[in-house]
Amino acid sequence: MGVDRREFLKIAGYAALFGLGGKAAIDILSPGELEAAMEGIPLTKGKRWSMVIDMRKCLKKQAAGKDGCKECIIACHREHNVPDWGNPKHAIKWIWQDKYEHVFPDHPNQFIDEGVRHKPFILLCNHCVNPPCVRVCPTKATFKRASDGIVSMDMHRCIGCRFCMAACPYGSRSFNWGNPRKAPKELNPDYPTNRAYPERSKGVVEKCNFCVELVSKGELPACVQACDKIKVHALNFGDLDTPESNVRKLLREHYTIRRKPALGTEPNLFYII
Amino acid sequence: MYDGGKIIVGLIIGIGLFLFPFFYNAGTAAKAPAPELTAKAKEAKVCVAEKPYITKSHFVLLDEWRNSSVRDGERYYKAFNGKIYYKSLQVTCVECHSNKTKFCDQCHNYMSVVPYCWDCHIVPEEKK
Repeated sequence: MGVDRREFLKIAGYAALFGLGGKAAIDILSPGELEAAMEGIPLTKGKRWSMVIDMRKCLKKQAAGKDGCKECIIACHREHNVPDWGNPKHAIKWIWQDKYEHVFPDHPNQFIDEGVRHKPFILLCNHCVNPPCVRVCPTKATFKRASDGIVSMDMHRCIGCRFCMAACPYGSRSFNWGNPRKAPKELNPDYPTNRAYPERSKGVVEKCNFCVELVSKGELPACVQACDKIKVHALNFGDLDTPESNVRKLLREHYTIRRKPALGTEPNLFYII
Repeated sequence: MYDGGKIIVGLIIGIGLFLFPFFYNAGTAAKAPAPELTAKAKEAKVCVAEKPYITKSHFVLLDEWRNSSVRDGERYYKAFNGKIYYKSLQVTCVECHSNKTKFCDQCHNYMSVVPYCWDCHIVPEEKK
């Protein structure tokens, strides 16, 4: 890696400024320096963001606790003001869990290894290279960012037609049947949990946005941060376009599978089993 | 003219009825409310653009912000004075203008415009 000591200290300094100072840091830096600072953070320069999920670590952690581990899900829902409706039919899914058999239906095996049989896998939007949801959206409310490959939603434009929900083969999209603000209070006592992030209105579709708002500031997605915080490191976020990135290293060293690869959507989520 | 008198009287009554609301309400027009600045906004002195532009076209700016930040990922705005701001209604604007009822709503109600910003964006907490 072509980072010398001086460069590294610079990056670390700016990262600390952003992490601690937030807006205060913006005020300190005079114009021009901010752009320079942004460029200094390697994380903002990804061309094809992806995630490698090490299910061995995740399942080990889940088996250790009595109720499993839901840290990533909790962190994501707190970050994005995702309410709990108490009704699975109205559930808003950004990151969720499902059984191995449901996650990988194209790997059927009657006598599968006990290590994965019926085990809860972590699911989120695959941020596909060829996203079918984007192709069907009549208002271009959902789009693939050319700069870094994140499949994002523009809630201002969504008309709630739910074509994208029908198109997505991974069930990564959810419809707001009610106004999130009116979600049951007893299930969401401290809602809204993040006053810096908007809610949604009734009648729009939403999904995982790979934490664009955090990635743009040089931070890792909320789920990854949560997983790192409890020292499990099962979720690995990085750039697929950089050969020496963490995700590419993991992909080189492990056998990974993707969900429904035969559909040609080219998911950017990889699972180490 | 046949029945000239009747027609003219009818016309006068008709025009009178038509103009009645104007005379009735003359002089009672509600005064345009002045948006109230918070102490923090007063202290800052400048907004993200010059005041006449903000007063007249803040919604144009907000619309540009939302498109460029959501769709193009350009999340920072360089103001006329060279200062850099994070493009966010809910974080940046509201940091100074935390008095939504006295700052936003007064004029919007007066002008009878109903922006749907706050359907999703969280309203700042106001002290009563």
